[in-house]
Amino acid sequence: MNIWVLIVLVAVVTAAIKAAGPIALGGRELPPWFSSVVAVMPGAVLAALVVTTALANGDELSVGPDTAGVAAAGIVAWRGGSVITCVLVAAAVTAGLRAI
Amino acid sequence: MEPADSGSDSFRRGVRLGLPYAAAGFLLSLSFGVLAREAGFSAAQAIVTSAIVFAGSAQFAVVSILLGGGGLLPAVAAAGLMNARFLAMGIALAPSLPGGALKRAAQGQTVVDASWVHANRGDGTFDRWLLFGSTAPQYVTWFLGTTVGALAGDSLFDPERFGLDAIFPAFFFVLLIGEVKDRRTRLVALIGGAIALALVPFTPPGVPILAASTAALIGLAR
Repeated sequence: MNIWVLIVLVAVVTAAIKAAGPIALGGRELPPWFSSVVAVMPGAVLAALVVTTALANGDELSVGPDTAGVAAAGIVAWRGGSVITCVLVAAAVTAGLRAI
Repeated sequence: MEPADSGSDSFRRGVRLGLPYAAAGFLLSLSFGVLAREAGFSAAQAIVTSAIVFAGSAQFAVVSILLGGGGLLPAVAAAGLMNARFLAMGIALAPSLPGGALKRAAQGQTVVDASWVHANRGDGTFDRWLLFGSTAPQYVTWFLGTTVGALAGDSLFDPERFGLDAIFPAFFFVLLIGEVKDRRTRLVALIGGAIALALVPFTPPGVPILAASTAALIGLAR
């Protein structure tokens, strides 16, 4: 396989996906229902990203040291920790558990 | 559609908001650089990938498919599916972008997860200069981290041993905690997470995240 071809294809697909919404829907008035949906969308997308990256390995659910690390980071984040603190806690707890 | 507030103020605010995420992104892209080398990329190929794709979850999906023995089409498809959420995010952002179709498409390229969340004003509109500002430092460190990881290669370290695979979910967790402020947003997050978890065993990676965005329809309830 030519990796350069792969890279260009992935770049084109990514750019097309990011461009689709702005091209199709730009410059229009917002209907009121649209705003209410958009306002709460980040929570839905982020929660899905958290659970799929922490608990899924391909198409299987898996719980491991990284899950514990992410949970620890969640507690730190909940208590007002910065993103740097949180990712360092996540990495440290995960690495610690793996070292045992 | 143009907001009255000046672009440069928003841009600076965006940079400040983006900086901590840029620092975390450095570690993430470092592990991408290492993994890409393991998957058969040259250092130049890994660096160019981060420069022109600039979408973390898709890049990791591609590399993990190659490491698992998958070919070109599965890798491109996985990247497309991982990025599917940007379709929903781009639709949400679209009305806040001025200019012709080409200009809007170009502005839409600057969306990454953290900057999109930062720029969301919470009333259905986005501050586009804040979006650009938050993305800028994240792009720089994404490039730098990949460069360091790709040049050092797996001679440097094993990302898993240092727990770097836990950084990605932790990164999203911090953003999530900032978003769940009241009963409604908590409910949306819970349902979105549940939809994603339920779909993981049955769909290719990425689809659960796009499907979870439909939980935002709860915003329609009074």
